[in-house]
Amino acid sequence: MAFVYPLRSVSLALALLSAGACAHPGMTSSGSTGASPDNSISVTAPSPDPRVGLKGGLTDAGQAAWNMRLLSNTPPSTAFVDKTNSDLAFDGKYVIQGSYNGFQVWDISTPTKPTLRTAYVCPASQSDVSIYKNLLFVSGEGLSGRLDCGTEGVKDTVSSARLRGIRIFDISDLDHPKNVGNVQTCRGSHTHTLLVDPHDQDNVYIYISGSSGVRSPSELPGCVKETPDKDPNSSLFRIEIIKVPVAHPEQAAIVSSAHIFNGLTAPTTHAAAAEDAAETATAKAQGKFVASMHGQEFVLGPRFVDPKLDSIVKARGGTGAPTGADSAALRAALPELLAKMIGTTVAELNAPRPVTQCHDITVYPSIGLAGGACEGYGMLLDIHDPAHPTRLTAAADSNFSYWHSATFNNDGTKLLFTDEWGGGGQPKCRATDKYQWGADAIYAIQGGQLKFLSYYKMPAAQTKFENCVAHNGSLIPIPGRDVMVQAWYQGGLSVFDWTDGAHPKEIAFFDRGPVDSTKMASGGSWSAYWYNGVIVSSEIARGLDVFELTPSPLISQNEIDAAKSVQFDQFNTQGQPQLVWPASFTLARAYLDQLARSKGLAAGKIDAARTALASAEQASGGARRDALTQLATTLDADASGAKDGAKTRTLASTVRDLAAKS
Amino acid sequence: MVLMNRSHILGITAIALAVVANVAPAQTAVTPRARADSARYPYTDADIRFMSGMIGHHAQAIVMAGWAPSHGASASVRTLCERIINEQSDEIVSMQTWLRDRGQPAPDGHTMGMKMMMNGHEETMLMPGMLTEAQMKELDAARGTEFDRLFLTYMIQHHKGAVSMVHDLFESYGAAQDEAVFKFASDVNVDQSTEIARMQKMLLALEIEGGSK
Repeated sequence: MAFVYPLRSVSLALALLSAGACAHPGMTSSGSTGASPDNSISVTAPSPDPRVGLKGGLTDAGQAAWNMRLLSNTPPSTAFVDKTNSDLAFDGKYVIQGSYNGFQVWDISTPTKPTLRTAYVCPASQSDVSIYKNLLFVSGEGLSGRLDCGTEGVKDTVSSARLRGIRIFDISDLDHPKNVGNVQTCRGSHTHTLLVDPHDQDNVYIYISGSSGVRSPSELPGCVKETPDKDPNSSLFRIEIIKVPVAHPEQAAIVSSAHIFNGLTAPTTHAAAAEDAAETATAKAQGKFVASMHGQEFVLGPRFVDPKLDSIVKARGGTGAPTGADSAALRAALPELLAKMIGTTVAELNAPRPVTQCHDITVYPSIGLAGGACEGYGMLLDIHDPAHPTRLTAAADSNFSYWHSATFNNDGTKLLFTDEWGGGGQPKCRATDKYQWGADAIYAIQGGQLKFLSYYKMPAAQTKFENCVAHNGSLIPIPGRDVMVQAWYQGGLSVFDWTDGAHPKEIAFFDRGPVDSTKMASGGSWSAYWYNGVIVSSEIARGLDVFELTPSPLISQNEIDAAKSVQFDQFNTQGQPQLVWPASFTLARAYLDQLARSKGLAAGKIDAARTALASAEQASGGARRDALTQLATTLDADASGAKDGAKTRTLASTVRDLAAKS
Repeated sequence: MVLMNRSHILGITAIALAVVANVAPAQTAVTPRARADSARYPYTDADIRFMSGMIGHHAQAIVMAGWAPSHGASASVRTLCERIINEQSDEIVSMQTWLRDRGQPAPDGHTMGMKMMMNGHEETMLMPGMLTEAQMKELDAARGTEFDRLFLTYMIQHHKGAVSMVHDLFESYGAAQDEAVFKFASDVNVDQSTEIARMQKMLLALEIEGGSK
């Protein structure tokens, strides 16, 4: 059954829509009367959840939507039918959609009717894409990717025809992309991250994340598949960093391999699982015995230590308490002892095994930080020196299976990691699958440490024939809030507010029924990103979906308009841009809507501010400037008594900026 | 089990295409990205062997993990086992689907190891890292901390075997061209390697504290 809006909020939604439809910047959601919108309606998701029990089908599946609307679905072009669509990058009015068969370029200037500009066949899994000016970067890791873009695969285990790494295209002429360079890497490129160094105009950097098998050195010299205990030049424990001279992309080459996994000491953890507990600093200070395994340290308790010390005393024919020399002897013997206990060798015990690669790294160059989702760990990296990222801290979580990607909030005070439990091909959103598994984990960044806050998972139960787990998403630039849109494969799209990191809340969604209701067939959203006013989703089986947010008590028209005021020329999700909102009446109204929603400022003061804004907008020149300046002063005064003084001050500051522009 | 050598690959490809076409149901809107892929990237004997063998490998892991609740496993081992059962059951279904989509026989998902005809009778072969009958009996007889210790020790061995099967696959001529096989094998490699490390930590914690929480 198709279900669009929950019944009780239809009338409000319609009212908001109609106000929006005839609005120009400055019209409030309540018209020009200054009355505040009625936000006393409780805003919970529709119940029963309309995403449950949707009819299946490739082209005609049932749909459910809440607070967002599908503007268009465009099936893949001929050569891309039945191929897996993957990640997205954005260039002006174009969206570049990667596919295991190459990439397609869509013109989305009319979001209700995207048109194909180019379809470029060049098989590679997974064809993760990034764009920088006229350069398009495409990842390849599978064994069948060919340097010549051929479709016949590569059968030899060692072959000079194979491409595993990064392809570089010049797309100055979009109708004829030109492959201008390729960089081969030892493990191929599962994903990559483009980093633009604000201090370097001539080069860009690419962090390569590759987690599949290491190539033979006969295929690519220098590749070493042994672990570092056997060979310190191991290809297993590093990320490759490629430097691309923008004017000469053919000279792109690996410049360094960041060993960000070295010496990984006890990470901060979340789940209270015995295997993750460690309190080594205090223990060491107290002279306790600490064991080291894979670079991690464990306190050895008296139950273990005392009998061992007694044996040492006995062995030397002594009696009584163990001496300092006895303790030293035990310390020396520990590695061998521990290795034997878990059936391995000392060398293997000391090898940094737990993490061999990152799946995906998101860089936030404006704040000099990156979040790395690296197998058993979520990492916070310092990228002030782009060619040499270093690890600041790491978090482990026993509920996480496969750390997949990371997203910062705009302030850089929180980091969200995703767990792609099951790899993306498995149904992990069934009613029987735990909420904490295959979900997002939200952390606060405090003093260079990661502090766990909460999990978030798309809450609607999906069938066993729908592959579903947390996947790629991006921030929606709603000012004053941390809101993200995320792909959940056949779990559809989920939009959630994580401003309060400990209590994330879903505020919009879209879902279809399974591709096939009789058996597992891969499909669903691989990536869902906000770009210049719309949400674009790469549907694995069904092509390109474009959505817009619709206003509701949870997201006002002003907030949507303010989000739309953030525009980019190009956009790569993993290269997080800093979101900046130009001062505008819409922005001020968005903050007022938020203050009303949270009762952060007295209703009377909010009404007065709306009225003042409306009349300032009617005025011009000096009169407008004065009116706005006066309003800003009033708001600053209001802030001290307001429940949300901070937001009130932000509003005041916006109004002041607006005055300066008048 | 059909054996193929290199010179037959192209011939087999043609046959595979024909076989797939003949067994295809009436064209429906939903499907066969599998068929499109199998036409593009022929699978080899090594791919079939890997998928078939891994089903039998997973089947044993599921039995081992299934003992956790009844054998007094600690909370952390029980959580680990729940996850293993969930993951590997789903993966068995995927592997069976992959095999059937290509007209190959799919192991039942319960037999531990791979059934083969040897010297005129059916034998069950153990894949790398799998426990012998004696080891399974030993694990089944254990309770509490002893179960935890044996389970972790044996599952580490089991996972290492799976990882070696992936390495063998990638060393085989023409293997893992199919994107589903490549991705699945790569995922098994990464997931199980990560889990090995996790289990080694748990085992160490167990030994040190003389029991987990």
